[in-house]
Amino acid sequence: MVSGDYLGMSLSIADMDTENLTYFGYCSEGEFRLQKCRECGFIRYPPGTACPWCANRSFEWVLVEGQGEVHSYGEVHHAVQKSLSEKVPYMILVVDLDVQKGKPTEHEALRVAGNLVDEDGELASPELIGKVGIGTRVRMVFHKVSNGLALPFWTLDKNTEQPGTPWRYPEN
Amino acid sequence: MTDAETMPPAYLRDKYAIVGVGETSYTRGSGMTTRALATWAIKNAMDDAGLSSGEIDGMMSYSGNDSTASPLIAGDLGIRLNFYMDVMGGGSSSEALVGLAMGAIEAGMCNTVVIFRSMNGFSQVRIGGTGARASQPVQGDSLHNVPYGWFSAGQNFSPSFMRHMYDYGTTPEQVAMVKVIHSEHASRNPKAYYKTPVTVDDVLSSRMICKPLHLLDCCVETDNATALIVTRAEKAHDLRQIPARILAVAGRVCKPRSDMHFQHGPISTVAGHYIKEIIWPNAGITPEDVDITGAYDAFTFTTMLQLEDYGFCQKGEGGDYVSSGIMRLGGRRPNNTSGGHLCEGYTHGMNMIIENVRQLRGNVDDYCPIDQSSSIEQRLHTCDYTDQQCRQVKDVNISMNLGWAMPGTGSSLVMRRG
Repeated sequence: MVSGDYLGMSLSIADMDTENLTYFGYCSEGEFRLQKCRECGFIRYPPGTACPWCANRSFEWVLVEGQGEVHSYGEVHHAVQKSLSEKVPYMILVVDLDVQKGKPTEHEALRVAGNLVDEDGELASPELIGKVGIGTRVRMVFHKVSNGLALPFWTLDKNTEQPGTPWRYPEN
Repeated sequence: MTDAETMPPAYLRDKYAIVGVGETSYTRGSGMTTRALATWAIKNAMDDAGLSSGEIDGMMSYSGNDSTASPLIAGDLGIRLNFYMDVMGGGSSSEALVGLAMGAIEAGMCNTVVIFRSMNGFSQVRIGGTGARASQPVQGDSLHNVPYGWFSAGQNFSPSFMRHMYDYGTTPEQVAMVKVIHSEHASRNPKAYYKTPVTVDDVLSSRMICKPLHLLDCCVETDNATALIVTRAEKAHDLRQIPARILAVAGRVCKPRSDMHFQHGPISTVAGHYIKEIIWPNAGITPEDVDITGAYDAFTFTTMLQLEDYGFCQKGEGGDYVSSGIMRLGGRRPNNTSGGHLCEGYTHGMNMIIENVRQLRGNVDDYCPIDQSSSIEQRLHTCDYTDQQCRQVKDVNISMNLGWAMPGTGSSLVMRRG
């Protein structure tokens, strides 16, 4: 079993959960790898036991570029988990990966969630949160929890042009 | 309405009915077990229907490991069971179980089924997700969301709500009207936990919980049990109440990848988009035929998203629909006339079915005076909504419940009077 603590939360992956074990294991090595179906060739997320597009069980882990665009978000001002109550506000991003976006249908994308973090990997300040919305370009960074377990997060992509004004919930 | 006899496929249209409904009071701090709450609600439903313990032989319930199972409840009430089933589930289970109860009776497994949901959603397992549930170890699949503080229902759904605003220009003011209207309805409901009407400003100035959800965009956490009794419609005529006949039911209909609802398709589209392909043909009606709705209001947004995707308005026009006055008492199609989850109490959808059953009977429990000449507790409704007394809708013939589990999963129940 792989386990570790993050912000006071006890995280673990059972030995038999080979899909998650492999996925988070790659993350802990700084690699973002997803399963690619050997039959139809589509990449899938979350890690799973068969291809949601053709039901084939055979796959390989392929390196995927951890970059994309914010599809939507939530902004938590009142935490439910004690461990996060001192971290509010924090931002939850749902990100469309560039890889395979719009396939196999126009409304599909590999959507990977994660908090917005700053350049140092810390949960974003309110000022930084205020700059991010739907359309913001982000790239993936990892926070290592333990050997064999790292969590992906999202940070502003400095290497690409950002939209002029990303869409945000109207502020009063 | 299309003639039920000539519009295939009719399935079991009109053959089954809800003949009894009951609940406990809606409180924060029941001071009793879910076992005691359940027997209280079921006994009320039995009395409502005029059924004794010996006339009930089926029992179903749902829970998230926060309730008491059927055999214990049945034992307390002296009900000998020919069938029972306790399933895992929350929102959208109510309607699904009505359909399964019909199936169990149709298969000859039993004759009369009571369905209950019992929960101390405030004082034991908090529905908002705080307390013990929030400090559990995070394992396997949950690692993809829980460590990010993406855990509670409001947090989980917020990107879908946000994206609807982005896709269609829906405004916070429009959505707040759901709470405003439901609070007006609750002010005529002696059972409602929150009875005070609120304004759009009240909603928008309440503290932010998880953007776009303010506190008053979220439902109330309460302790309560609720119960429904389902049996064959022909048996209903020997019982006390006007039956609520079941025209159609859809249960736990899902978008693709409902385990991670945000993975598929436009995330501002919810399961109702798929449910409407089942529920309308099976019921043999269209949205225009529906007199009242019970669109699940775990949040203001859930009511709007469902009404829109079921086709009560064009896709994207949900904000206009919920703020237009259509769903207000006196409007074309009132929604959640009891105040729903936002105001009456949180029961995972059961209270909205109970309310619609009473509306179909023409006998909701508001502040109108009781008719002393009636053998049952019949109220003399004015159907005048200018004061805060009456919430009975005039001449209700068809009701619809829109049950929500999450953006990717929902259920529905269409009933008619008599």
